[in-house]
Amino acid sequence: MTVTEHDIVVIGGGPAGLAAAIAAKKSGVNDVLILERGGELGGILNQCIHNGFGLHTFGEELTGSEYAARFIAEAEELGIPYKLDTMALDITPERVVTAVNRTDGVMTIKAGAVILAMGCRERPRGALNIAGFRPAGIFSAGTAQRLVNIEGYMPGKEVVILGSGDIGLIMARRMTLEGARVKLVAELMPYSGGLKRNIVQCLDDFDIPLLLSHTVVDIEGKERVTAVVVAEVDENRRPIPGTEQRISCDTLLLSCGLLPENELSQSAGVELSPVTGGAVVNESLETSVGGVFACGNVLHVHDLVDYVSEEAALAGENAARYVRGERCEGGEPISLRAGNGVRYTVPSFIAPERAGDKLTVRFRVADVYKNAFVCVYCGDECVQRRKKRVLAPGEMEQVVLTDRLFAENPGLSEITIKIETA
Amino acid sequence: MNTVELTCIGCPLGCNVTVKTEGERIISVSGNTCPRGESYARKEVTDPTRIVTTTMRVKGGARSRVACKTASDIPKGKIFEVMREIASAQAEAPVRLGDVLIVNVADTGVDVTATSSVAASDPQ
Repeated sequence: MTVTEHDIVVIGGGPAGLAAAIAAKKSGVNDVLILERGGELGGILNQCIHNGFGLHTFGEELTGSEYAARFIAEAEELGIPYKLDTMALDITPERVVTAVNRTDGVMTIKAGAVILAMGCRERPRGALNIAGFRPAGIFSAGTAQRLVNIEGYMPGKEVVILGSGDIGLIMARRMTLEGARVKLVAELMPYSGGLKRNIVQCLDDFDIPLLLSHTVVDIEGKERVTAVVVAEVDENRRPIPGTEQRISCDTLLLSCGLLPENELSQSAGVELSPVTGGAVVNESLETSVGGVFACGNVLHVHDLVDYVSEEAALAGENAARYVRGERCEGGEPISLRAGNGVRYTVPSFIAPERAGDKLTVRFRVADVYKNAFVCVYCGDECVQRRKKRVLAPGEMEQVVLTDRLFAENPGLSEITIKIETA
Repeated sequence: MNTVELTCIGCPLGCNVTVKTEGERIISVSGNTCPRGESYARKEVTDPTRIVTTTMRVKGGARSRVACKTASDIPKGKIFEVMREIASAQAEAPVRLGDVLIVNVADTGVDVTATSSVAASDPQ
């Protein structure tokens, strides 16, 4: 078994891993290695052939594969080494990474710092408690996306989609363009988890109905899906008897949420948030295990890849500071609390000495709010209050904390972010 | 007089915008909360356009499909015509991101360009 040492090992070569590695290298750490499970860099962006990526980062609208190509080109230009088809199997709290591939066999890599960038996976049927048979024809939306866009296979002809997250909406259009008939998108919640633009351009454009407060209660068919039964749900999300309708179809796509993929983080002893399923991190995006950083969808599920790149670059810079021993000692950290209407915040802790002049705090809201205020409280004092015409769980929100706030409030132990409706 | 109901995509608010038309002429736009809503609605009613993104078959490639898009937006009514023309075409590997795969697709004056690269397959 080979044993090697690297300053920074990045687990995952998707958008987060690429941006983190690039930023680490630009910060002066030469010895950065990316481990990628798939056969090419870019991760899930490669199957995202639709456009709408990069408006914030590049000021133009790119497809997912085009967005990935820009970061891959930059990583190549910087000469950042990477190993493809390589599976990281284990990380110890001492940052020893075990990985395997077909050419090197099992490798042991001692890392000065580790950046977790493994992304997320889709919530599968097994986690949804849908009754009925287990026939062929049930796919997660992302699997269908890969089959259609990369492999060139159509998973079915008559389609029902459960869940109105962006991948489900994008696949409704994609399947329609390729000749399938998408009969319905059913959404459990009374609002869609997807972007407005996707509802208009993926559903409305093709007259695909979206049924809010509806779910699939039964799947029919023994060899292959022959129909699904859709029912309306009450305010407790329980199906209302008598509202069932049977819709014949051969395919059911599931777009029911994304879960950060953190088995490796757990093996390293990283503390996870029960809300996000990702690591609990400080202002440097460092986890509870020193020298182990996290970014992108493995940390918390993002809506736009542009924010992933931005966040990952920060993780890369901080990992570089860590291995170069350039980090200032943080004092007693400030806890960041998710108050009314806020589900979580990233980060959870802030050492003001390390926060820089501006620190972006990202969060998601718990409900749909109109004309509400995003408020930042230091104790009882509201130090920031910004009106938002609309807040929705499907969109990530952010507040920026400045060094002035920390300077004006020495000895602060807690900052709360909350939503106020008046 | 015709009435068209639209959902504005300018921001997450998603205003329901009502456009009243008389033949080709727009009489009124209502329901929007900002100027972006009005310009979006006017464009949607008079000249709705979309960028089409899809894949094309590749001959002799390490992969069987290459991702592609219309280089700019095309009339919404021509989406399926564009799809049919792309479906009947075939690119030849190697394909580089940005390569023009179809010139003037479906007579729209817009080209179809590759949005990913496909290397030539290894000779056996």
